[in-house]
Amino acid sequence: MLLAQLSEAAGVSGQETEIRELIKSLARERGSEVQTDALGNVIARKPGRRGKPVVMLAAHMDEVGLMVTGIEKEGFLRFRPVGAVDERVLVAKHVRVGRDKVPGVIGCKPVHLQEPDERKEPIKLKDLYIDIGAKNRKEAEKLVHLGDGVVFATRFERLEGSLVKGKAFDDRVGCTVLLDLLQEQYDFDLVCAFTVQEEVGLRGAGVAAFTVSPDIALVIEGTTAGDVPDIPGHKQSTIVGKGPALTLMDKSVIPSKPLLERLLEVAKLRDIETQFRRTTTGGTDAGKIRLTKGGIPVAGVSLPCRYIHSPVSIMSLADLEKATRLVKGFLQSIDEQGLPEGT
Amino acid sequence: MTGKDLLLNLSRGVGVSGYEQGLLPLIKSAFEPLVDRIEQDRLGNIIMIKEGRGTPPRPKVMLAAHMDEIGLIITAYEKGGFLRFSSIGGIDERILLGQEVVVHGRKDLVGVIGAKPPHIQEKDERKKTVKMEDLFIDVGLEEETCKQLVAIGDMATLKQDPVLLSNDRYAGKALDDRAGIVTMLLCLQLLENLGPEADVYLMATVQEEVGVRGATTGTYGIVPDIGIALDVGHGDIPGLPEHEVLPLGKGPGIGLGPHVHPAIYQRFTDLAEEWGISYTPEPGTSPAGTDAYAIQITQGGIPTGLISLPLRYMHTPVETLHWPDLEAAARLLAMFICSVDRQFVEGLRCF
Repeated sequence: MLLAQLSEAAGVSGQETEIRELIKSLARERGSEVQTDALGNVIARKPGRRGKPVVMLAAHMDEVGLMVTGIEKEGFLRFRPVGAVDERVLVAKHVRVGRDKVPGVIGCKPVHLQEPDERKEPIKLKDLYIDIGAKNRKEAEKLVHLGDGVVFATRFERLEGSLVKGKAFDDRVGCTVLLDLLQEQYDFDLVCAFTVQEEVGLRGAGVAAFTVSPDIALVIEGTTAGDVPDIPGHKQSTIVGKGPALTLMDKSVIPSKPLLERLLEVAKLRDIETQFRRTTTGGTDAGKIRLTKGGIPVAGVSLPCRYIHSPVSIMSLADLEKATRLVKGFLQSIDEQGLPEGT
Repeated sequence: MTGKDLLLNLSRGVGVSGYEQGLLPLIKSAFEPLVDRIEQDRLGNIIMIKEGRGTPPRPKVMLAAHMDEIGLIITAYEKGGFLRFSSIGGIDERILLGQEVVVHGRKDLVGVIGAKPPHIQEKDERKKTVKMEDLFIDVGLEEETCKQLVAIGDMATLKQDPVLLSNDRYAGKALDDRAGIVTMLLCLQLLENLGPEADVYLMATVQEEVGVRGATTGTYGIVPDIGIALDVGHGDIPGLPEHEVLPLGKGPGIGLGPHVHPAIYQRFTDLAEEWGISYTPEPGTSPAGTDAYAIQITQGGIPTGLISLPLRYMHTPVETLHWPDLEAAARLLAMFICSVDRQFVEGLRCF
């Protein structure tokens, strides 16, 4: 399954190699022309029968993870987070280090040797390290290097019921939607931008949008689902199983209203359940794209994922299917009706 | 079955304290070819007996390693299909956030331990450990289905397949103390060719993590002349002083302290020197912490010893051991068992 493959590939911000190679080959298989740029963005073009307008879909390839910043004398690895990882989730997790995905574990002082007060505070980052089983620095350096990206070792799996768990659903779900849509042929030029370094500051998206210079853009993201205990209703951003979530506003962008309205029309016409992102926190590539060049009309479609930015996320395949149908319908509406007025 | 196979299979196996029975077939199939009989007592301890060569009455040496693992127990349903839980055995709750688990309900359900998303938390909340009571298990089900498949009181285990790291080191869950069970197998494999005089009783104990309960009843049923607890000891990691740990790669720890008969400690160290087996003395001030605690005060008292396998990150799904340490421990135990005769046993009661 495509999402499973994409989820398990490694690609911490700035070191997206494995996921990039995978996406390049999948994009080519789907008949698109594939280019990369100076940051490592992948731009996959499906020229249209008529060649205009230019519509860009964007999803980011990178995931949050860690970077090796030191190798100790005894062979343990020191690290720092890449992107916003809640540091409390790191302890006692299995990871894979570097290009060769060397197995390692994030260790900690055993509970038996701790003071009772110690446990009230999370373990500080400076007290965490990765153990790859090396006996000393020399041995460790044969296997890993300073600067290596580190990902969680999470496998993709279906849960009982229709939900799935895996790592990096933010934003491999977006990449999945883009790859699905690359299979289609439209009158307009479809350009799918698989961007890099979103998690460290939305770095790849503006650059890609500059090169592509689309007439409009849609950003497909994995977003936080708040349908878990201890959150009052009004603080729940999105709910798993209630369909793709449309952005009304977040910290980075106010989407283009005509695009949002077209999305809602398509959803209504095709009877696709959607919801709104009900919080205004967070930022996405849409923010960067919106302000590129003289400004590009952009809207955001997000998949609700529980526990993003942690080793294991949970999402709904039914939501993924609805999101794909929604975006497909939106693209078809461009062929049928042209761009929405005002974009 | 090789020792490594047994280690991988046992680590994958499910057996939270009090619910160890699922491990019985695996343990039986591994040990059956090497012992004369296998029994089970009323608490669920598995006792495997290899008769010695000597003329009766033969000395009885007992090895005990516990097969139970720490785990979780479901305590309540939460709206939306989530589950609240508590721990069985000592777990640092800090390791639980973002951890995968398997809930053993009517079926085995894969789940994730979650909490309120960080961006919803207040700033100072984010700086504190999330308490176990504020964590929940998400098995991705709706409330009704969840209630049908999971009952209050069901167990959950940490979900982790064992992983091979560099240098023949394994990382996974439940190596405490299934590594001890594996060491017993390795020891038996050596004894095949050594033919000890003594009867050897190898006991896979239950409920060690909740109070060394299996060792209490198990030892009572055997009343060995010598009882050796085979458990794990804290491996060397950054942040722990050298004298408090057992370095990986330097063989087993040999326990000493109130819980260990001095002559047994001496015999272990003498044999280790004689046979060139690396070891680390492991001084302990309290008799508590392993099956040795229960073994020593059974009935009229049992001369006790403790062999510890170095293990990093105890009580987490990333427990890490060094395979050759298990082999070294097995050799030491085999040499010890072969050295036990009536004279040695009788001497142990003279202080």
